[in-house]
Formats: sequence, structure tokens, C-alpha cells
Amino acid sequence: MALGTQTVRIPAMSTLAHTPLHDWHAAHGGRMVDFAGWSMPVQYASIVKEHQATRSAVGLFDISHMGRLLIDGPEAAQFLDSILTRSVADMQPQQIRYSLVCNASAGILDDVLAYLAVIDEEKPPGYGLVVNAGNREKIVAWLQQHTANYSVEINDRTNDYAMIAVQGPKAIELLDSLTAVELTSMRYYTGQIMELAGVECFVSRTGYTGEDGCELICGADLALGVWEQLYDRAIAIGGAAVGLAARDTLRLEAGMPLYGHELSEAINPVEAGLDFAINLRGRQFVGKEAIEAAGKATQPVRVGLQLEGRRVPREGCPILRSGEEIGTVTSGTYSPTFGHPIAMGYVKSTASALGTALDIDIRGKQHTAKVVPLPFYERGK
Amino acid sequence: MKPETLLYAKTHEWIAVADKDGAKIATLGLSAFAIEALTDLVYIELPQVGQQVNAEQPFCEVESVKAVSDVYSPIEGEVIAVNDALPDNLETLGSDPYGAGWVAKIKITDDAGLANLLDHAAYQKQCEEAH
Repeated sequence: MALGTQTVRIPAMSTLAHTPLHDWHAAHGGRMVDFAGWSMPVQYASIVKEHQATRSAVGLFDISHMGRLLIDGPEAAQFLDSILTRSVADMQPQQIRYSLVCNASAGILDDVLAYLAVIDEEKPPGYGLVVNAGNREKIVAWLQQHTANYSVEINDRTNDYAMIAVQGPKAIELLDSLTAVELTSMRYYTGQIMELAGVECFVSRTGYTGEDGCELICGADLALGVWEQLYDRAIAIGGAAVGLAARDTLRLEAGMPLYGHELSEAINPVEAGLDFAINLRGRQFVGKEAIEAAGKATQPVRVGLQLEGRRVPREGCPILRSGEEIGTVTSGTYSPTFGHPIAMGYVKSTASALGTALDIDIRGKQHTAKVVPLPFYERGK
Repeated sequence: MKPETLLYAKTHEWIAVADKDGAKIATLGLSAFAIEALTDLVYIELPQVGQQVNAEQPFCEVESVKAVSDVYSPIEGEVIAVNDALPDNLETLGSDPYGAGWVAKIKITDDAGLANLLDHAAYQKQCEEAH
């Protein structure tokens, strides 16, 4: 049998980038694979156990591979407002916004988080941008290309910092034991600098799992100490270190799009259903006209799909209705929470109504699927 | 069965050949290494009894949370039995891969493929090199 990517061992002469936690993962059973040029743990042991530990207690994720950019200078806000689909100029200290970067034809170049970073009270605020690892170089180049009319500086600070996600119903309890700050008072999509585990960290109430929790950014050289303190406490309350495979099953259950699957340069924000991440009124930014035009046209729709049985639809599987191909699966997995296969994909708008019965062609055999609401999983439900 | 006595395909299937009423019958399963590498199995599609299989062609599939993998037959023949208990007891593949976790029995019509198989020591070496 072909074992796929799971047995791809990184050769000794590898030129892959390492996060500050790389050696910890390798020493703790992490199966290291190439992800966007980084040697990352895809799993430590069981994907399902890591998934369930995050849903029932707490999961720790090394997400240091994600790009961390600092956009600085007197016109940083105006500059970003000319690029991002969502305005940042009115952001308040501590606020974080999800946004998209589009090209002139509304193709999605990346989905990003924008952070207002008050680094020096005397100067105008800078902005942090967290971008996908696989898009980092493209986005840095894209930003550089558009700086001509702005007094702005773009610094790729990815390697100076580590980033750790702490996610799950016990995440806040775990983090509270390591900081004097009352984390429960922090609102979702806000962040602040605090001492945590004895280290200065930027802590935000954000995540990619559908659970409560935080993401931490700290100095690269301090990350191992922070991680080890988190890990010891997580293990004691039923938590686990979690690899990229379970990060994917968690985000898929939470209905969150992933760049390279639900998002790409061939997909516009309207199809992706990311209207909340677009402000059109009174603004000008790259891709605005094309997004407006897309909003007036009939578009394919991103939908959630549920299947019976156990065969799992994967990326690229055709979606049919009455024998006619009307869409394609972009992500699919066996859902550890629900015990059946789930998928996301794009279908013709006429086939996107909740409850619509469709067929998915999985390696030559058709399987009945139903359009269901996204997200599949909502915490507390 | 003792893993030391089996033959292995590079694609991680094991095979045991026995003579029965003048015919050569191959029992086929998946190596412990393969099961450990796949983890989190969710599904196996068994072949059909009576199905013809060709050497080095996929004839059934096993699916984990992360990916689906084809199972190959090293020899040509006809499926004469399948392990019906397996789909509802996938953990058997991990707990007893060389016994209760067998997948199919194939009546061999052409055993030329046997010459390409590895003995246990050579297969172990291949797995270690993959690490």
C-alpha cells in the first residue's frame, strides 16, 4: 500500500526551516513532515486522540511556521487599507481583525489576521500581520510592490518569534495559572502583551479549532521554556500536544476555510462566504471592483457536506446532482467528533440549499451526501 | 503467524503461501509497520470473493483519518475468502496484524510475483531506512 505523506521522513540534508520547538517535537514522537517548507509535526501518535484532547481538555499547537510581519511607519494604516479587504484604520488598541488580501481580479492571495501593535506610545501604531506559511513570501513581495505611495516599512519578523496556540475548554484555565492577567476578561479577537510563564508574550484570544483559547507570540529563544510549562500543565488536565493533522480535522469541523483548499487565487471572497471580512463602503483597495462585480453575479457557494458510511471524500472529488457534475470537494475528513465523514466544497448556487441531496464521487463510486450548515461543530452545542 | 516466516512486498503487504489440494493459497495482510504508520484507521474496503487480482495492482483500500491507501496484491489469482470481521473491528489490524488481522486469501494462478518479495530481515531493513 502507498503510505502517502505519513511516512515521508525528512532527509538528513534537509533544507527545511525549523521552528524553535522542532527538536522538542522530534524528541516527543512528532512525525516530522514538510509543510510549506517547514519541518512540522503532522501528529505525535493518534490524530483522533489529539483531536479529542483538544475538544475535551486542551491542545497545544506549535504554529511558529506561520508568517509574522510587522507593518510600521507613519502611513501603515493607510497602506494596509489599500491592500486588505477589511479596514484597519479604525482598529482600537488590543483589537484583532480577520481579513483577506486579494488581487485585482478578486482572487484570494491569503487570509490574514491584522493586529494593532502599540509598540511605542510616542509613535503611530504599527500593525502585525499573521499570514499563512505557504503564502508568506508571496505576501511580503505583494506588500513591497504596493508601498510606492506610502511611508511604510515592512519587516518579516517570522524567525524572531515563536507562536503557540492553546485551544480547548480548559485552555483559559491552563493559561490563567501562568499569568496574573485575568484572561476571561479578554474578549474574543483581542490581544495584549503580558507576562506569561515568566516570559513577555503577546497573548490573543484567537484560534483555529472552534474552541475557546489563545494564541501566544513570544521570543524564539524563550519558546521552549514556555512550551514545556504549558505542556506539563496540559498533560495533567488531559491535554496533549497536537500536530497539523488534527489541526486540520479541528478546523474542518469548525467550518473554517484553509488556504490552498477553500481559498485560492481562483476563488473570490464572495464565493468563499467571507462577506464579514469585506468592507466596501467609502474605501478603495486592490480587488474592490472585482469583489463588487462578484457580489452581483451568480457564484458557486461554499457548503458543508455530510455523508453516511465511512468512505471519506477528499480534495478534488467531484460533486454531482442527478449525474451532472455541479461542484468539487475542497477538504474532507472522517470527523472524530461525529464519527462520520464530513467535507467542504464548492457547488453551483442552485444546489447549495441546506438539505439538498447530492452525490460525491469517491474514487469512482458515488456516495450520497447532504448539504448541512457550517460550522459542523460549535462549542457548547 | 510469525512475522519472521512471512514474505513482504515493498508496498507493506505480507503474504503466506500454503499448499491446499494441489493449489497454492496466499493469505495476505498488512504489516505492523504500515498499520502503525497509517494510524487512526476508519475504513477498509475488502475485495469481493471471486474477484480476479493482478500482480502489483490495487485490489482493495484502507482509509485513515488522513488519507486513503491502496492495498496491492503481489501475485495474480482469485480471491477465495475475505476477513468479514475486519471492517467492524479495524483495531484487529493493529493488535494482531499477522493473525486475526488477515485481509484476504487468494488462490494463486501465477506466482511470478513471489520472486520480488522480501524476507522479514530485508523488509525490516527497508522500514528502518524509511525512518
